[in-house]
Amino acid sequence: MSSISGIEPVPSKPLGTAAQLSVALPVLAVLLASAIFAAFVALSGQNPATVFGLIVQGGFGSSFAWQDTLSRAAPLVLVGLAVAIPAQAGLVIIGGEGALVLGGLAGAVVTLPFAGVHALPMQLLMLLAGALIGGLWFGLAGVLRQYRGVNETISSLLLSYIGIAVFHHLTEGMLRDPASLDKPSTHPIDPSYMLPTLPGVGVHAGLAVSLLLAIAAHVVLRYTRWGFALRVVGGSARVARMIGLAVNRWILGASVVAGGMAGIAGAIEVAAVQGTANSSLIVGYGYSGILVAFLARHQPLAIVAVALLIGGMQASASLLQRRLGLPDATMLVFQGLIFVCVLVADAIAQQLRETTRR
Amino acid sequence: MSVPQVELKNMTKRFGANLALNNVSLLIRSGTVHALLGENGAGKSTLVKCLVGFYHPDEGHIQVDGREHRLNSPRDADALGIGMVYQHFTLVPSMTVAQNLVVSGARLPAYINWQSELRRLAQVTRKLPFHVPLDVRVSQLSAGEKQKAEIVKQLYLGRKLLILDEPTSVLTPAEADEVLGHVRSLTRAGELSAILISHKFHEVRRFADDVTVLRRGASVRTGPVADLTDDALAEAMIGEPVSKMVQHAPKSPPKSDIILSVRDLCVNGDNGLPAVKDLSLEVRAAEVVGIAGVSGNGQLEFVEAMMGQRDRSGTMTVSGSPFNGTRREIARLGVYGLPQEPLKNACIDRMSLAENLALRNFDRVPLCRGIAMNYGALAEQAERLVAQFRVKAPGLNASMSALSGGNVQRAVLARELTQDVRLLVASNPTFGLDFVACEETYRRIVEARNRGTAVLLISEDLDELLGLVDRVLVMSAGRIVYEVSADGADKRVIGKYMAGMKAA
Ligand SMILES: Nc1ncnc2c1ncn2[C@@H]1O[C@H](COP(=O)(O)OP(=O)(O)OP(=O)(O)O)[C@@H](O)[C@H]1O
Ligand SMILES: [Mg+2]
Repeated sequence: MSSISGIEPVPSKPLGTAAQLSVALPVLAVLLASAIFAAFVALSGQNPATVFGLIVQGGFGSSFAWQDTLSRAAPLVLVGLAVAIPAQAGLVIIGGEGALVLGGLAGAVVTLPFAGVHALPMQLLMLLAGALIGGLWFGLAGVLRQYRGVNETISSLLLSYIGIAVFHHLTEGMLRDPASLDKPSTHPIDPSYMLPTLPGVGVHAGLAVSLLLAIAAHVVLRYTRWGFALRVVGGSARVARMIGLAVNRWILGASVVAGGMAGIAGAIEVAAVQGTANSSLIVGYGYSGILVAFLARHQPLAIVAVALLIGGMQASASLLQRRLGLPDATMLVFQGLIFVCVLVADAIAQQLRETTRR
Repeated sequence: MSVPQVELKNMTKRFGANLALNNVSLLIRSGTVHALLGENGAGKSTLVKCLVGFYHPDEGHIQVDGREHRLNSPRDADALGIGMVYQHFTLVPSMTVAQNLVVSGARLPAYINWQSELRRLAQVTRKLPFHVPLDVRVSQLSAGEKQKAEIVKQLYLGRKLLILDEPTSVLTPAEADEVLGHVRSLTRAGELSAILISHKFHEVRRFADDVTVLRRGASVRTGPVADLTDDALAEAMIGEPVSKMVQHAPKSPPKSDIILSVRDLCVNGDNGLPAVKDLSLEVRAAEVVGIAGVSGNGQLEFVEAMMGQRDRSGTMTVSGSPFNGTRREIARLGVYGLPQEPLKNACIDRMSLAENLALRNFDRVPLCRGIAMNYGALAEQAERLVAQFRVKAPGLNASMSALSGGNVQRAVLARELTQDVRLLVASNPTFGLDFVACEETYRRIVEARNRGTAVLLISEDLDELLGLVDRVLVMSAGRIVYEVSADGADKRVIGKYMAGMKAA
């Protein structure tokens, strides 16, 4: 008697139109943001076509550009996951920057006592230390939410500021290498411990780590009972409790794993690029990660694609500056525009969903 | 202002391939109550949602006093004085009743003169035959109080056509009489017309003038209630003569082993005050114990505490083992439940019907091996349950909110009753079910009981309760105040205890 006509395979995909919307809207948002950005560029006296040409060239136009883009995409993927994973459980955590810098700091100091050991265990140790500290940092936001009723979005943002302050405090104080004169840094890590370059790509191995983690996140969220349980918890804590899921633990677990991702991003920056923890680590990757995750609709694989796009944009900034004398902040303006447009598109999508239902 | 005559003409509404309304016409005579009857999923809610501008019909239109109108949004309906009390609650929980009522006006002034608004409000509520506390937060009201507040809201907004979608499913029979009686007297006085959706024939008979029966989206019968017998209505609903309902399977005597034992249970309500006080009870294998009581006397908190959704003190054991609601305990001891308001309390709206049907066993073979989900097996299970419990849905991937109210209930029944149930906690399991599904649910509960399941049945409907249980406990102000075996039960005595009186 059931009126089910065709039975499709499960994981809950939204209705046809909604699925199309969820792809079309971010694309539209980026196009709209580009249009506004073009106007902005024109107002500051530049030819938009030239600017867009340079963005493509600076981000994707040469193998050198690709290397720059890819090495930026590596941390962006991870901080994007740091937003997307808790989003499955219904959390909006935006404090990736703090977990990233603290994770980087942990990675920078953890190998200092060991000299002349095999590189691989040391490299793993750095990533692990970053993950632990980052996880701890997000875990705090999770604890505050579940046991004290503090909104996790706000607490994670504030914790991020605290994390950055702690980072400055330590790198300029206790953990400072006295030899770092003009730029307070920790003692440099043993050069042999630095992450190797991927053969043939010319990009550090951190890229491979972040890609593997993105794939792992995709598989876990979509094809395992953990992903299912996390969606239940995110859908309704009340129902999750009824069916016996330990909601607090799931929320904490998701926060810790997410913080771990951001922490690994920091550790990779240190172990592959900087070689030491200093203020060069604080360049806003954590905040770009929010944009990446939202634009990718919190889908791990889409995060990889979006991270490439945003990484490419960031990589092209220096070319824009050199050729056209446009300030560094120009790219931030573009990013900000995209973010605003995505949020607006989301609001519109909400409305459309309501009207298509009618 | 006189009460308009509202007419729906040739309404058709499709959801994808699903024809939810098929050329339905309906006339609500000025100053009458018009009842809508129909099976779960027949299209009743869809029809009235078109009338309040929430859905847009694909064809057809609405006439008010002979003039054609198109309703593009609830705002347009508001302008015509059409308002609806939904199957689910719509008040803002964190605001008081008074605040809710005042801000519910479609056109709020920039500045709210609270004093004059509150005065106007007091005038509306003074005329009511029942009491609704105005300065209490909605989150602290019982289901019955919330429902009354919803109705007060519509009256306050000055509706001329009031639509009630299964308004009494969360009310006790006495409350239902109060509320519907009031609506009836307002229509008699020519201040209002009303549409009443209900699954209860006796309500339709007592409070409606006309009735229309929908079947699979089509209007199959319409006319004055007095001209139609219950059997004729039932036949119109299901499309075939009603075979005399089979009586429940004969009950085997309860066994001696105790399944559920609760000792000195204390639970706090949302407001932080004790809602359940030192409650102790036992349920044996193959026994149905009913908890009677007026809603808001701690039943909700009691059930939530038992299901592990709320902190509690005291002990609860199932088959001798302590029970704290972990997943392992649930599976091992077989504790399942049918909560009230299933869409909110037992389903996850943003997951599909199939996934919702799997909430109990998604982490067990065959749905899951190791940690890997098997979505093929999940779909198969859903298909089987949907067929077995006759859940009508647009598809297995439909979100739960696309199911009709009664079908949500059926889906939850299907999920909970097909587990290895040793203890079943059911709160008002037949709310919103049509009479066929009601009988079916009763039968399934009795079957489970006869297989040895201990059942705790919480209901505000004494007749339903006494028809099913072996023993009745009366709950009042958070305590069990009276106990009697079903054979010796006297409805009047129970009623007195429910009302909080200590009979001498
Ligand atoms: N938003 C929606 N999307 C798709 N299908 C829907 C939607 N809303 C309702 N339907 C379908 O339309 C049909 C009629 O549903 P409706 O809610 O009107 O039933 P009803 O008569 O109110 O039933 P009940 O007594 O169970 O409340 C059902 O088959 C339902 O699945
Ligand atoms: Mg309905």
